Amino acid sequence: MEKAIKRYFPVFVLPTLLAFCIGFIWPFLQGLYLSFCEFRTVNDAVFVGLSNYAKAISDPEFLHAFWFTALFAVTTVVLINLLGFLVALAFTQNFKGINIFRTVFFMPNLIGGIVLGYIWQLIFNGVLAYFGTTLKISTFWGFWGLVILVCWQQIGYMMIIYIAGLQAIPGDLTEAAQIDGASAWQRLIHVILPNMMPSITICTFLTLTNGFKLFDQNLSLTAGDPMKSTEMMALNIYNTFYGRVGWQGVGQAKAVLFFILVVGIGLIQLRITRSKEVQQ
Amino acid sequence: MKTKKLLGRLATVFFSLLCVAYISPLFIVLINSFKKKTAISLEPFRLPTAETFVGLQNYIADIQQYGFLEAVGWTVLLTVGSVLVILLCTSMFAWFITRVNAWYTRLLYLLCVFSMVVPFQMVMFTLSKTTDTLRLGTPWGLIIIYLGFGAGLAVFMFCGFVKSIPLGIEEAAMIDGCTPLRTFFSVVLPIMKPTYISVGILETMWIWNDFLLPYLTLDRNRYNTISMVVQNMQGSYGRVDMGAIMACLVMAVIPVVVFYLSCQKHIIKGVAAGAVKG
Repeated sequence: MEKAIKRYFPVFVLPTLLAFCIGFIWPFLQGLYLSFCEFRTVNDAVFVGLSNYAKAISDPEFLHAFWFTALFAVTTVVLINLLGFLVALAFTQNFKGINIFRTVFFMPNLIGGIVLGYIWQLIFNGVLAYFGTTLKISTFWGFWGLVILVCWQQIGYMMIIYIAGLQAIPGDLTEAAQIDGASAWQRLIHVILPNMMPSITICTFLTLTNGFKLFDQNLSLTAGDPMKSTEMMALNIYNTFYGRVGWQGVGQAKAVLFFILVVGIGLIQLRITRSKEVQQ
Repeated sequence: MKTKKLLGRLATVFFSLLCVAYISPLFIVLINSFKKKTAISLEPFRLPTAETFVGLQNYIADIQQYGFLEAVGWTVLLTVGSVLVILLCTSMFAWFITRVNAWYTRLLYLLCVFSMVVPFQMVMFTLSKTTDTLRLGTPWGLIIIYLGFGAGLAVFMFCGFVKSIPLGIEEAAMIDGCTPLRTFFSVVLPIMKPTYISVGILETMWIWNDFLLPYLTLDRNRYNTISMVVQNMQGSYGRVDMGAIMACLVMAVIPVVVFYLSCQKHIIKGVAAGAVKG
């Protein structure tokens, strides 16, 4: 059977493979190479070794963007997962209206990042006007504005995953614990949480990488204002490419560093939470 | 028993209020879309008065001046076209690389998984140059780019499902004389229907809302997506027409909400399935 299928390689594999080469493999390899070059368009590349990387890590704006992004990612991972889990716990209990509540909480997730950013810009600026400030001039509110926006968007998504996880826990496990005299709190800590680790792994992974990769919301809500102080890594890379002439090579080097960072953090996080998972 | 009932009622009331608060930003935008542009940034939380109410004027401005309807058309074309092509091509690809056991199929699988974790910024610049050189900067051309860049997730999910299909069914079809193509389309494809829906929904959500890829690759003078129109309105320095932006946001959210409410069940299943695989 395998032999017969193999002959159909051009029909089954070739279209996707070609598109994959154009859309991913070639740009990726070229990007890797260009990070060691100085260039403005792609054709005038001159090999310069590691100097782009040296410029990238000594760029104070990039370093600031890194710390800002890291702080943002940690804050959102904690808040989204905590709130998402709590909401999921509530919405797996038995009371009226649960289906409607789930629907409402999930909805913001489907709205695009750019649109979300401008919706919240209106709200925040309206509220902040009472305190005599705006998003454009306050780093503090820029940060918390982004955090609130991303929480609003992603809590519903994580809630869905946590609900699926909660429903997959066998009922006899919690019942047995109850009969043995475990309180609701003890059941949560010793029965539900250990069994929820696979969902927690997925959700922390998603929120962490989403936090680091955030771009659209950053561009539309604050665009880095004031003075690039709310500029996150993805936006910083974008501005290096398209805002500073002659810095394209540095932009590409930053992009490579960013890629390594995102993959590295993702892998470390997976390893840590996977080790806490239990077999049912 | 009585306290439990009371607690349930309290929970319903509490979460009802919370839900109203949760979606209030959307209503505030809706209210502001009917106001005069100068009244919006000053008092966003006030209902329109006789003086500030402008009816549908902001919506008309979007359609006449900012090309909103064209953008909807291009976004629909781009999303529907890309999702259909992705579903067809990647499912065939996934079936092949799962059923054929060779070094290159294992390599292709690894590459697809790898492409899922690479952030877009890594390929942003070179990808936009490549599309320029190949003249793919049209909504039709972008379908190919989306097939390439979106293949990772789709292949990964389809492979996961193909592995669970018992080989015997396909073998029986082939012994009865089906070619691999016929086997795929009349045996494998129908079994995979739930996965098609899940993958289709995840890819639709992504492509419909995607901003940076079309922004960098499309010829902006001719083609704009909805996200691009919203961003362009803000981008022109100086005069920012808040009224037009509000109306634009409302019209951008409406199709999403309609889509969500009409296939909510599938969307939630798709998200849960995608997460388990991820």
